[in-house]
Amino acid sequence: MLKIKNYVKAESLQQAYELNQKKSNRLLGGMLWMKMSSAQIQTAIDLSGLMLDQIEETDEEFRIGCMVTLRQIELHQGLNDWFQGMLRDSVKDIVGVQFRNLATVGGSIFGRFGFSDVLTAFLALDTKVELYRGGIIPLEEFVKMPRDRDILVRLIVKKTSGTFAYLSHRNARTDFPVLAVGMSLCGKQARISVGARPQKAMAIELSEAETEKIREGVCSEEELAGIAQAAAEKIPTGSNMRTGSEYRSHLCGVLIRRGLMKLQEGGGRHED
Amino acid sequence: MKINLTLNGKRIEEEIRADLLLIDFVREHGCFSVKRGCETSGCGLCTVFLDEKPVLSCSVLAARADGHAVTTLEGLQKEAEEFGAFIADQGAEQCGFCNPGMIMNAIALFRENPDPTDEEMKEYLAGNLCRCSGYEGQLRGMKAFLEYKKQGGTV
Repeated sequence: MLKIKNYVKAESLQQAYELNQKKSNRLLGGMLWMKMSSAQIQTAIDLSGLMLDQIEETDEEFRIGCMVTLRQIELHQGLNDWFQGMLRDSVKDIVGVQFRNLATVGGSIFGRFGFSDVLTAFLALDTKVELYRGGIIPLEEFVKMPRDRDILVRLIVKKTSGTFAYLSHRNARTDFPVLAVGMSLCGKQARISVGARPQKAMAIELSEAETEKIREGVCSEEELAGIAQAAAEKIPTGSNMRTGSEYRSHLCGVLIRRGLMKLQEGGGRHED
Repeated sequence: MKINLTLNGKRIEEEIRADLLLIDFVREHGCFSVKRGCETSGCGLCTVFLDEKPVLSCSVLAARADGHAVTTLEGLQKEAEEFGAFIADQGAEQCGFCNPGMIMNAIALFRENPDPTDEEMKEYLAGNLCRCSGYEGQLRGMKAFLEYKKQGGTV
């Protein structure tokens, strides 16, 4: 059972950062995963008073505070319009509304959990993370970094014009995904992220020639299946209680193929 | 630590432990409709409103409710009774254990979306588990209630 001795509602990021340098202290996100542990926490540090629960939209980007809940992501008109419902699709099956009203984007991304739909979706987009001390770095780089005691302040998602898709397969609707795939086709780049492998999400890119053909909408179903199969072979998978590696790899090809069909239908449009 | 919050419209100022969960806080204040079920944030039995939003009280610290309004089924008695009658009419509740959480979340849905489709109802209530029924009775009850509301509250 989780034990917390002291609770501090941080008055500044500097205060939170200083408190967080002590190993027995922990930052709170939505604390849904943390609550399942039997951690003994000296001081729980709450960022909820720092106005980091806002989604700001500018002409170039979305700036998503670390305390924004998954439900806010799901309902945000700007995000859903721009990314064609892809982010909504990525969170809508995460347990229930009550859970998503608590779980935060910062907790999901900082945790870099293997099962994370949220990480998978944002990894398919042009996303950067802003760290309090570490500055602004690409999400793809952040995913590979070892855990440290910095603070993830916000996500910065560039408004790239393109077509987007998110697909996942679950044994039961509100369960963790067996496999999750996020995809974007923006300009000359088609990006595919795969999560719940069951390791944490990773991203690959299609070649310019493949991307161009999909964008022009001239790939046959067989060609798309071939591209998907080749992409899936680049994604290492493993086994866990939800399924085995062989099935996951097969599923990976299927979900990527379906995603490519969506991208081809969209044709990388959404030009501004 | 000391917290100040409003529970079902009543101001409360109290000294609490830092790791006290909201479910334990509200039950200590007599709100026994709020049930502890799965302990894994997945069943919805412990649903309360935190500033009008449905949340899992088993998964949030009471400390986080400081300065906010918490509402349980006890605070929505009239609304809950009105809707609950439609659930009862369908025999949708068998053991009844899931019912308070289900009613809370259904009310949250009706407030957010007064005319939901079947799919929207299923999606919104996906985080409320019932181990007795197949959810069909609850769905029928919700549809009957919405129809009643559409007719201006008369059957």
